[in-house]
Amino acid sequence: MSSLAFRDVGCARGGRLLFEGIGFALAAGQAALVTGPNGAGKSSLIRVAAGLLAPASGLVDGDGTRALLSEAAALDPELRLDAALRFWASIDGRASAVPEALAAVGLADLAQVPVRLLSTGQRRRAALARVIASGAPVWLLDEPANGMDTASVQTLEAIIAAHRAGGGIALVATHLPIALPDAREIAL
Amino acid sequence: MSALASIAWREVRRAWEAGGLVLPVVFFLLVAILFPFAIGPDGKLLARVGGGVIWTAALLAALLPVERLIAPDAESGVLDQFAARGLSDSAVAAAKMAGHWLGFAPALLAATVIAAALLRLPGDALVPILIALAIGTPGLAALGIATAALVSGLRGAGALAGLVMLPFAVPLLIFGATADQPGALKLLAAFSLLLVAGCPLVAGAAIRMGRS
Repeated sequence: MSSLAFRDVGCARGGRLLFEGIGFALAAGQAALVTGPNGAGKSSLIRVAAGLLAPASGLVDGDGTRALLSEAAALDPELRLDAALRFWASIDGRASAVPEALAAVGLADLAQVPVRLLSTGQRRRAALARVIASGAPVWLLDEPANGMDTASVQTLEAIIAAHRAGGGIALVATHLPIALPDAREIAL
Repeated sequence: MSALASIAWREVRRAWEAGGLVLPVVFFLLVAILFPFAIGPDGKLLARVGGGVIWTAALLAALLPVERLIAPDAESGVLDQFAARGLSDSAVAAAKMAGHWLGFAPALLAATVIAAALLRLPGDALVPILIALAIGTPGLAALGIATAALVSGLRGAGALAGLVMLPFAVPLLIFGATADQPGALKLLAAFSLLLVAGCPLVAGAAIRMGRS
């Protein structure tokens, strides 16, 4: 069973305390929405969850591999979209999951297009496809809706819902409205 | 393919595709071409300094790709993705080092044959130089990765890279250029090994520091 739990977690960047005493636990199928003004530490909270930042206090634990969608797409710009995704999918041992993930985000037609030619919103969806293809039960999404049009945001909501229905967990930091039914709100 | 092999292979692919390979090799040959012009067509003199010239040129050529080794991956989130998958930064740096070496060393060795002809090195002097380069270039690749990680994200990273890297490369230069002396090859191998073992740890620590 996958899970993700923050226990009394605090985070400091550059000597400045961003937040402290954050605690929550997510079980399979649950989601949490991290909200707050710019600079409140939404991205830092996601990075703490991904293990990229050490918490200043408290601890993060949980079961299941975590997939991170950060601000940067982390796709090689010179590669074709499917090849760029396959690099990550093969590291995760799931190279065959790429076509399905591309179809899920509506980019199947652009599989042969080099990543550098994609628009901001398309790149965002491509990064989401990387998360889907990873097969990780715990998704950590930092501003997933940035640069997406209304239809894409709806697709994103449907993808997260399907992931949760399959027993997945989603921790989503956003300043744009994203509909996550029954999601816990973590206000920073 | 394991994750580290994928990372190393990606490094080789990027070196070939981005022209990151051609540039250092052309630069290396250019230095070898310029030297005879500067020193004059004295065959004996050229043959005497040739080994040293080749090593100096190799060192400077190894400095060229430093800026594209770590910084672009730090910026585009690739390093974060490796870390989020539980790969240690040092292991990633080691894989990148292996890929970087595969990307530039074989081409550099091939170019050395041409450079040796330009510098009128006698045929029997070429083989020891090639052996010394084969032993020394892993150390250069390691140093390149560590330097790239240390200067990643800084302004004027290119100029700084030279200042960081070249002092540590001096032992490679000394033992490599005197490879025909007894014991020099062993000392070269020892120092190269030290760099190969130590630099991934330095690069890993630098990548971690850059993240917080």
